[in-house]
Amino acid sequence: MLIKFTGGTVYDPANGVNGEVRDIYARDGRIVAAPPPGTKIDQEYSLQGRTVMAGAIDPHSHIGGGKVTIGRMLLPEDHQGHEVARTDLTRSGCGHAVPSTMTTGYRYAEMGYTAAFEPAMLPANARQAHLEMGDTPMIDKGAFVMLGNDDFFLRSLAQKKDFSFIKDYIAFTMHAAQALAVKIVNPGGISAFKFNQRQLDLDERHQFYGLTPRDIILTLARGMKELGVPHPIHIHGCNLGVPGSMHSTLATIRAAEGLPLHLTHIQFHSYGTEGDMKFSSGAPQIAELLNQHSNVSIDIGQIMFGQTCTASGDSMRQYGNTKSADPKKWVVMDIECDNGCGVVPMTYRDKSYVNALQWAIGLELFLLVNDPWRIFLTTDHPNGAPFYYYPHLIRLLMDRTFRNEMLEKLHPGAQAATILKSLDREYSLYEIAIMTRAGPARSLGLRDRGHLGAGATADITVYEDLADREAMFKTPLFVFKNGELIVRNGQVVKVVAGATHVARPEYDRAIEKPLREYFERYHTVKLDNFRLSDQEIVDSNCGHTGGECGCVIVQPCGPRTS
Amino acid sequence: MTNWTQAKGPGDSPKSNAITDVACPFCGLVCDDLEMVRDETGLKVAKNGCEKAVAGFERKVDGARPQVDGRDVDIETAIRAATDLIRKSSLPLYGGLGTDVDGIRAVMALADKSGGVVDHALSEGQYRNFRVLQTTGWIMTTLTETRNRADVIIVVGSDIQKLHPRFFERIVNVEQSLLTETPAKRTVYFIGKGLDQSGVKGPRIGEVITLPCELERIDEVVSALAAEIKGTPVGADSVAGVPTADIRALSERCKASAYPVFVWAPPSLAFPNADLVVNTVSDLVKDLNVKGRAAGLALGGNEGAISAGAVCSWQSGYPLRVSFSSGKPDYDFTRYAIPKMLAGGEGDLLVWLASFTPDLGPPPASIPTIVLGTPGIKLNGTPAVYIPIGTPGVDHGGRIIRVDNVVSLPLRDLGRSSLPKAADVLAAIELAL
Repeated sequence: MLIKFTGGTVYDPANGVNGEVRDIYARDGRIVAAPPPGTKIDQEYSLQGRTVMAGAIDPHSHIGGGKVTIGRMLLPEDHQGHEVARTDLTRSGCGHAVPSTMTTGYRYAEMGYTAAFEPAMLPANARQAHLEMGDTPMIDKGAFVMLGNDDFFLRSLAQKKDFSFIKDYIAFTMHAAQALAVKIVNPGGISAFKFNQRQLDLDERHQFYGLTPRDIILTLARGMKELGVPHPIHIHGCNLGVPGSMHSTLATIRAAEGLPLHLTHIQFHSYGTEGDMKFSSGAPQIAELLNQHSNVSIDIGQIMFGQTCTASGDSMRQYGNTKSADPKKWVVMDIECDNGCGVVPMTYRDKSYVNALQWAIGLELFLLVNDPWRIFLTTDHPNGAPFYYYPHLIRLLMDRTFRNEMLEKLHPGAQAATILKSLDREYSLYEIAIMTRAGPARSLGLRDRGHLGAGATADITVYEDLADREAMFKTPLFVFKNGELIVRNGQVVKVVAGATHVARPEYDRAIEKPLREYFERYHTVKLDNFRLSDQEIVDSNCGHTGGECGCVIVQPCGPRTS
Repeated sequence: MTNWTQAKGPGDSPKSNAITDVACPFCGLVCDDLEMVRDETGLKVAKNGCEKAVAGFERKVDGARPQVDGRDVDIETAIRAATDLIRKSSLPLYGGLGTDVDGIRAVMALADKSGGVVDHALSEGQYRNFRVLQTTGWIMTTLTETRNRADVIIVVGSDIQKLHPRFFERIVNVEQSLLTETPAKRTVYFIGKGLDQSGVKGPRIGEVITLPCELERIDEVVSALAAEIKGTPVGADSVAGVPTADIRALSERCKASAYPVFVWAPPSLAFPNADLVVNTVSDLVKDLNVKGRAAGLALGGNEGAISAGAVCSWQSGYPLRVSFSSGKPDYDFTRYAIPKMLAGGEGDLLVWLASFTPDLGPPPASIPTIVLGTPGIKLNGTPAVYIPIGTPGVDHGGRIIRVDNVVSLPLRDLGRSSLPKAADVLAAIELAL
């Protein structure tokens, strides 16, 4: 099956294509070079005047796992009025802030996204996270496994185990939990909260293990690099949401000592303590430092106004945030000597000084960080806002007039406290394509995703070139997954499963012996039951037997050093 | 800190023909350290099985045949008959739901397509928790966290031993703790009279203290405890027959402890307005967390109830008691309680699924019933269609979510029978519909 996409205006930053009129060909689900003249074309889409990009990739979206389902259970009022009826093609569902799994898949695809990655998979909850992602159709998935608050890691570090032992443990966990990358949430802080510590700044010591977040971050950053895992350590830093958190963030960037880091939902960690309200923007200082540190990438975690639900592994900080819960109900959990979680509903208000400034801080960061290859477009769904606000966010970035109109509606104190009005930058379509496709794909090591060169998977989104960028990105004309048309005019026309991406760095199987003993002595699950097989993921995605449809895609790692 | 790398493996080596690390689906704890052997008489639990496990794994299921109106038929005929009934039904009620994750996924797909209602047989108990989750929330913990870190366990009005025979053995009376090589003895409190304490023994168990009130007056005792914890002392000398001094002593103990864990099992709290007890306990745990740490641990979740609640939540947004009759999920935990619907003459077909224990039979119903059940299931009369199905983790593989709503476990195919998976039968019906 050879498909020709004729005459679209193509934005493909991975291949340096910036708004050029090009023909694209796909054969059997992959993009191929132009065939020799006279080759029979089976199907042709005339795309003159339309904008063509690879399918979009969300590198940080809480779509699967226990805390998301706690959020769903916690908030029936979030779903009521947001029910979605079944159709001949699609299942019913519901949800505004925390949509049901099928609805999540459909909505992503209807917005031109063909992949989304769950950034906070607890090892103890990995099976369920994959089950939920398996029930999320249309898009590719993958997950970052959380390490650095688990007893085994902290204990190994405290006992000064050989670094290769720690790397073996990291790699084992990635294999066992079927992860694409590793995340650290409030380094050591989730564990410290179990010992009744209420904060843990970068150089504060965990009272039981005697370690600092700095030790933990550096170990994991170095571990990822030496294991050859493409995505650097994904860091949800210290002091989420705390006024003054900008100082921990600045110190973390400096602490990296050149090691690759990804700082996630950095907006929530960019607060100063200036002004009468003791809450100010740290965006200019953070952006300035980021511009000098090419080893650090970020995503924003932009907030939008309205009801949402925050769901995080950060039990320490989420407990702190419970005082802002709206509605006034919340869940905090200590989990399996492994991790924790906190689920706190939140309503961001444009007339609140703090919320309005949070909104502005996110946008300041977007506009002040120079290199779009190191900044990804996220709302930290659902923490800052549900993911389907992305088209609105894109318009805010691309349309200065619109942005300033929005700004003028906000709390006047917040307007005075932000430099946003002075920022003239408007993102180009090329930069948007970097932030939402090429950049995340490169950072996550998805070699055949996020671009339109020969060999790439034919995940393609076609938009009408509308002046209203929100309308443009909200309702793509066509979305193709593996070369199949799945969405037309923003409506699902075919339901597909989507693959699960994993990375499998090498490790010495000898680590399994002490781990098995450790599980026997202290845990309530056996090591071999903790481990997820490929078959479990393949089954839950599509029912095909292993290998038949490539449901688990192993992205290559670089060579392990030492 | 224990140096685990030098630690010896526990127990002796398994027998050569033993199947080890078997997960048990017969209660919400899903213990996964069972050892099974198979001989000419069938499957035997060789190690780490409680009475529920022995009853579940060793039960004979041979010879069961599908039936339509009480007559033996082949499975295709039974599936066809079930499909016809569901097609004709304007409001099928999908109840029981004693199954694993794949089973409940298949129920959801079928209920969505056929415009039915979904509700688990043990929802009444689960809703003592869900109502609190949906109104105030809570601070909870999990089994491994409790096993290693709890220093005081407070059992609230629940017969844990009966519901989860290995809870005290596996979670409370454990020799090792991650925190220290010489873990201190644990104090166990029971709030309520007549609760089975026979499992509370062994080297890690210190004091066992009972606050002996009638179960239906537990709300008074936990309210007094909550007041003491909040610093508003109770005036009376006793509350529901329990001396206030004892309640105060428990309050002081909780405040002085590193990690007191309040344990309850919602099915045990079978008295009116029991959710208020769960609510009060959740609130007092929150209050303890203002200065120190504490957590709740809700048990129960037998018969696949946790998987049913979780899968229904992630697929529909709501934890059971959902109707798909309008084409959209419609949630009302009072209106769509299947026992209440049956009593009120709502629904025109009951589809009952129970794959774990034969006790989970369908309730009496005046409407036609399709039963997908483990052989030997207790029936009320002759169902219109009966399809014997396998038990996940015995007759076929699967996955199940544990009581703490965090951990899920793979269930093994132990080859007891060739009975079909509920998920496959339901998928065949859905396809034919």
